[in-house]
Amino acid sequence: MQKALKKYFPIFALPTLIAFIIAFVVPFFMGIYLSFCKFRTVTDATLIGFENYTKAFANKDFLNALIFTVKFTVVAVITINVLSFLLALLLTKGIKGTNIFRTVFFMPNLIGGIVLGYIWQLIINGILLKVVGADLTYDANYGFWGLVILMNWQQIGYMMIIYVAGIQNVPPELIEAAKIDGATSWQTLKSVTIPMVMSSFTICLFLTLTNSFKLFDQNLALTAGLPARKTAMLALDIYNTFYGRTGWEGVGQAKAVVFFLIVAVISLTQLVVTRSKEVEN
Amino acid sequence: MAKKKKTSNEVETPQVSKTQGIIIGVVLTILSILFLAPIVIVLINSFKSKLYISSEPFKLPTAETFVGLTNYTDGAVKIGFFQSFGWSLFITVFAVGVIVLFTAMTAWVITRIKSKFTSLLYYFFVFAMIVPFQMVMFTMTFIANRLHLDNPIGIIVIYLGFGSGLSVFMFSGFVKAVPVAMEEAAMIDGCNPIQTFFNIVFPMLKPTAITVAILNAMWVWNDYLLPYLILGTEYKTIPIAIQYLRGGYGSVDMGAMMAMLVLAIVPIIIFYLTCQKYIIKGVVAGAVKG
Repeated sequence: MQKALKKYFPIFALPTLIAFIIAFVVPFFMGIYLSFCKFRTVTDATLIGFENYTKAFANKDFLNALIFTVKFTVVAVITINVLSFLLALLLTKGIKGTNIFRTVFFMPNLIGGIVLGYIWQLIINGILLKVVGADLTYDANYGFWGLVILMNWQQIGYMMIIYVAGIQNVPPELIEAAKIDGATSWQTLKSVTIPMVMSSFTICLFLTLTNSFKLFDQNLALTAGLPARKTAMLALDIYNTFYGRTGWEGVGQAKAVVFFLIVAVISLTQLVVTRSKEVEN
Repeated sequence: MAKKKKTSNEVETPQVSKTQGIIIGVVLTILSILFLAPIVIVLINSFKSKLYISSEPFKLPTAETFVGLTNYTDGAVKIGFFQSFGWSLFITVFAVGVIVLFTAMTAWVITRIKSKFTSLLYYFFVFAMIVPFQMVMFTMTFIANRLHLDNPIGIIVIYLGFGSGLSVFMFSGFVKAVPVAMEEAAMIDGCNPIQTFFNIVFPMLKPTAITVAILNAMWVWNDYLLPYLILGTEYKTIPIAIQYLRGGYGSVDMGAMMAMLVLAIVPIIIFYLTCQKYIIKGVVAGAVKG
């Protein structure tokens, strides 16, 4: 079978491989090379060493975006996971209408980032104008919490579904046994349910982590970085550097490489953590 | 919300007392209303004159502020909504079709052929999954322009290339779990690899294919930056058209914006409610494997 398959390998793999090389492999390595170059249109690239990287780290917008992104990610990851886990607990109590609630909570997840951004811009601006008489462009804190709320609205349903699947896999006998032993519902939750759904926690933690860290569309639509690029997250800052500042394309690419390295470290940590968990099970 | 029919696939066994059940039901109902409120507010505002939207977004339209379907007709003309819908649909359907077919084929051969080369390819695909779009966006756009892929057909090649990481990874995971015996039997019976793949392997991959299709459809349909950089505003997909409404620094036509947001959401909700079972299953499977 190996022999026959090898003969047919090009028919099966070439379409994907050609597209993969065009859309990923070549752009990826070119991107790394260009991060060490000065260029405007790619073809005029000249090597300049690490200058783009020193410029990137001396760039106030980039550092601000990095801090903003980290802060946002921490807050979003905690709020989304706590709230979606609580919802999942409520949805696994076997009460009537569970399916309908699940449908409603999951729905925002399917709406695209640009559309979500404008929906929430209307609502948050409406509330802000009533309460403080200013809009999202007035204070970076408004944009920050606006993004947190938006992200919660979008992601809670998704994470909830994963937690529900995890909780439903807890053997009912274990819960029964804990009850018979006289455990309160809090003790049962803490000592039985939560340890049993640890793998769901790992999945959701990393999903929310990477989703929040790489956020772009929602950021562009809700605040577009306003006021004064203070609410621009890393992805948006990289975009602005590439397309908003002539002569800084190389710096944009250097920022992109740094961004990639951070995301890669997060993803590799996830891989290691999930692998070690799998061994335990 | 109390009287809801039970679905056959979910056995609802109450684990709480009646009063607790009622309290939980009330809490969940309030939360559901909060979850739906943003969409309902946009819907209400889409019928109001653009002058009254930003200042009073939480008021129902009155005789003075109600404008009927004007926002819809104006907005649809302004951004060419129905054309955008067409492009979004075209790109999503073909990109997803191409991704599902070709990555399934690729995953099958690189899993079944055991060599250093195929395992290297596999790790390349896995690696591609963790690379954020910003890393390749500038160079990818350059290459797409050079190769004249900057049109609705060419972008499908780009989607296949950039989307192949996750899809090959998911198909490979499934192929590994399928016993080779059936395929070998088919080959011995005289099937060539193409017949074996389409008659034996692909039908077995169907559940994974649905998951891959749903995950990619959600990505491509909602994607903004990639099509914007590749296609510009010549062929606007729905997200590009909505962002285009914001334009430069001028004020936004809020009426048209609200109406277009509604038009952008409606197809998603219809799709969701009709294929809900597959979408939720697919998303969970995708999350657990990815």
